[in-house]
Amino acid sequence: MRVLYTWLCIVITVCAATTGDVLLALAMRRIGDLGELRRRRGFLPMLLRVLSSGVLFAGVFFMAIAFFSNLVGLSWADLSVMGPASAALTYITNALAAKFFLKEDVNRRRWLATMFVFCGVLILTHT
Amino acid sequence: MSVRKYLVILSMMLFGAGGDALLARGMKQAGAIDIHHILNIFVVLANPYILFGIVSLLIFMWSYMTALSFADLSYVMPATAASYVLMTLLSIFWLHEHVGVERWSGILFIVIGVGLVAGEPHRTGDTPEPEVGVEAAEDRR
Repeated sequence: MRVLYTWLCIVITVCAATTGDVLLALAMRRIGDLGELRRRRGFLPMLLRVLSSGVLFAGVFFMAIAFFSNLVGLSWADLSVMGPASAALTYITNALAAKFFLKEDVNRRRWLATMFVFCGVLILTHT
Repeated sequence: MSVRKYLVILSMMLFGAGGDALLARGMKQAGAIDIHHILNIFVVLANPYILFGIVSLLIFMWSYMTALSFADLSYVMPATAASYVLMTLLSIFWLHEHVGVERWSGILFIVIGVGLVAGEPHRTGDTPEPEVGVEAAEDRR
């Protein structure tokens, strides 16, 4: 049962982290290049533009869910299971979500990069 | 990609790794927080390592958002993994931890992954900067 709860936490963490990242990316894409915005309109209007984005706060909300779900998972499972699983899997789900929800061109090279990073993070967080 | 954009991605890597390392060091000094004395969490905020760690992670978050404002998620995400490499280097030189062959191989994988994505175009997809685009048109008028 403990294993089931751990994997449930991993799934919730990965899904919430991916949703958070996609919403944040979507919000920032809609707002536009912050450097350009600051240059054209000034710092305060740029900050107000960022803070008035509901999608951005939805993203932060899902990131908070991922954070707390990770914490709950860590109280049940070993760091050597929870850490690598949630950190490394998020790279793959993010690449998938970027392709299907943000319509990014995730070509073979980006997939290869994602797989290398997945393996690297898996090794580093497991050891 | 301009120098400014590379600097944003570099700051994301540096402050992400730095924030994690500072928090780890601060929490080692502060010790475990008992669930029955959860308010002690505010006491550890007085620890300078934890305070600078939080500030560092806030700068990371701003850099991450700025990077996402001009680059794809599938471009920025692998770059965030470079902070694992920096964390390992920090743990060798600052925390004096031993790093074995396994961890070095993990670093190698990440470096190859980040290197592969670095040569890619940073923005693809179908929604190019709507707000700035409108403002640029207004400016031209």
